[in-house]
Amino acid sequence: MKISTQEVAHVARLARLTIDDAQLDLLAAQLGDILTYVETLNRLDTSGVEPTSHAVDICNVFRADEPVASLDRNAATANAPEALDGNFIVPKVIE
Amino acid sequence: MEFEPVIGLEVHAQLKTRTKIFCGCDTAFGAPPNTHVCPVCLGMPGVLPVLNRIVVEYAIKMALATNCDIAPKSRFARKNYFYPDLPKGYQISQYELPIAEGGYVEVDADGGNSRKIGLTRIHMEEDAGKLIHDPDRPHSRVDLNRTGVPLIEIVSEPDIRSPREAGAYLRQLRAILRYLDISDGNMEEGSFRCDANVSVRPAGSDPLGTRTEVKNINSFKFVESALAYEIKRQIAVLEDGGVIIQETRLWDSGRQRTVSMRGKEEAHDYRYFSDPDLVPLVIDDAWIETIRKTLPELPRARKARFVDNFGLPEHDADILTSSKELADYFEACVRQINAPKLVSNWVMGPLLALLNAEGRTIADTPVSPERMAELLALVENGTISGKIAKTIFDEMVQTGESPEAVVSRKELVQVTDEAALEAIVDRVLAANPSEVESYRGGKTKLMGFFVGQIMKETRGKANPQIVNTLLKNKLG
Repeated sequence: MKISTQEVAHVARLARLTIDDAQLDLLAAQLGDILTYVETLNRLDTSGVEPTSHAVDICNVFRADEPVASLDRNAATANAPEALDGNFIVPKVIE
Repeated sequence: MEFEPVIGLEVHAQLKTRTKIFCGCDTAFGAPPNTHVCPVCLGMPGVLPVLNRIVVEYAIKMALATNCDIAPKSRFARKNYFYPDLPKGYQISQYELPIAEGGYVEVDADGGNSRKIGLTRIHMEEDAGKLIHDPDRPHSRVDLNRTGVPLIEIVSEPDIRSPREAGAYLRQLRAILRYLDISDGNMEEGSFRCDANVSVRPAGSDPLGTRTEVKNINSFKFVESALAYEIKRQIAVLEDGGVIIQETRLWDSGRQRTVSMRGKEEAHDYRYFSDPDLVPLVIDDAWIETIRKTLPELPRARKARFVDNFGLPEHDADILTSSKELADYFEACVRQINAPKLVSNWVMGPLLALLNAEGRTIADTPVSPERMAELLALVENGTISGKIAKTIFDEMVQTGESPEAVVSRKELVQVTDEAALEAIVDRVLAANPSEVESYRGGKTKLMGFFVGQIMKETRGKANPQIVNTLLKNKLG
């Protein structure tokens, strides 16, 4: 299956990956090879088979609506590159 | 050319559960930042979300109340995008198999008839966190307490034909959510949010025009003006020979206009796929029927009953059933005193005016329905006039006394003694000979003047009917 360099650039942007133009052709070729390999599966006739969303056949796993203790705030923000007054700090974003 | 607007609404309603949709963190509003968070809602690696059963039950309730088909099997999906208020990098929502589809909500239409607004779907999803933009420093603060709070999204068909109808639809949805007691439905506090898809087309034609999405309509006050503005804008563009650009526009309530988000908006590509962490949801008829039995009488049905059983005008029934608590208050009064229209006038008049002025809700009314009924019983049996009743009502609010206590303390019992009143009438007429002459000469408007003088003499306690009869006899 062919994948274009535009598609590679688009997917990279969605995943916030920085890819320079020199890599685009190489990646497009490699991703194309992978997709071609996976396409082998299409040889199987799956018409009439319901798509599987889960490998294990179970349903309806619920929690009761009862509060449990939350994390300590310092623990919650401990991994953050920057925190202030219990808030995570991120570069300014305006919609 | 005559244009017709086509509006579809997407409503997000926060559900009133105690805990979040996929973890046991508290949903209480207003806690210090990041104190209601845990590894699940923070999106730490290796954690597993587990669905809150009450969220499903609330979604089923709403689906039943809006005549939807409930899917025997539904699934959760991941909606992928990056934003700092979304720690996992995806929102757990429903995509291909939502919990409910194909219902409708009945609203009063522009012509006075009712119309069914179709619902495309209702699905469950998690809320995102809150971003606070620091005005002074080049950073934003992220509070993830709201992350994972349960939402239902209610998507309407493009069935709405005017801003007024959109307002009626939203008020009806909110009333249903509140009657079901599954959401606060508070637009200003963000527990009820609305995005609108708006387009216009030549009146009577079928194909839909290009639509815009209007966001940031964050108050019931703005719904109609935001939509009216956008419709007018689109018509003006088309009449100028232009084309509508499909885009997202933000309502700017300060400037009363919608503003394009063009350039700031990235092409969305959410790459939905079913969430492998959450197993399918299977809802059988037994579960649905158990929940159906818990449904209260809904606003439209209650309104119809108020008109039929109590003989109230539509307008009254509409206002009284706009909230369950108000309707309960009215019915509690009417159980005690069988005078529905009198009760309605007092609830919609002095009581609502008082609550609005003090920013209170009916839940913390200073005058209980029992006290209100006692007061109105005094009016009904002629002990006091309606005018005095208002004075007593104000006293009751101030002091918390019973109406009888105020009446006896302030000696407010109505004067119905005809002989006593006749003496006062004679006195007033004797004191105002020129007015009497003008009245007899045809200035019948002076009746009000005489009544006023008599009320002044009796400090408002004279029975107005008797006074009127006496005056007419003597002046006639």
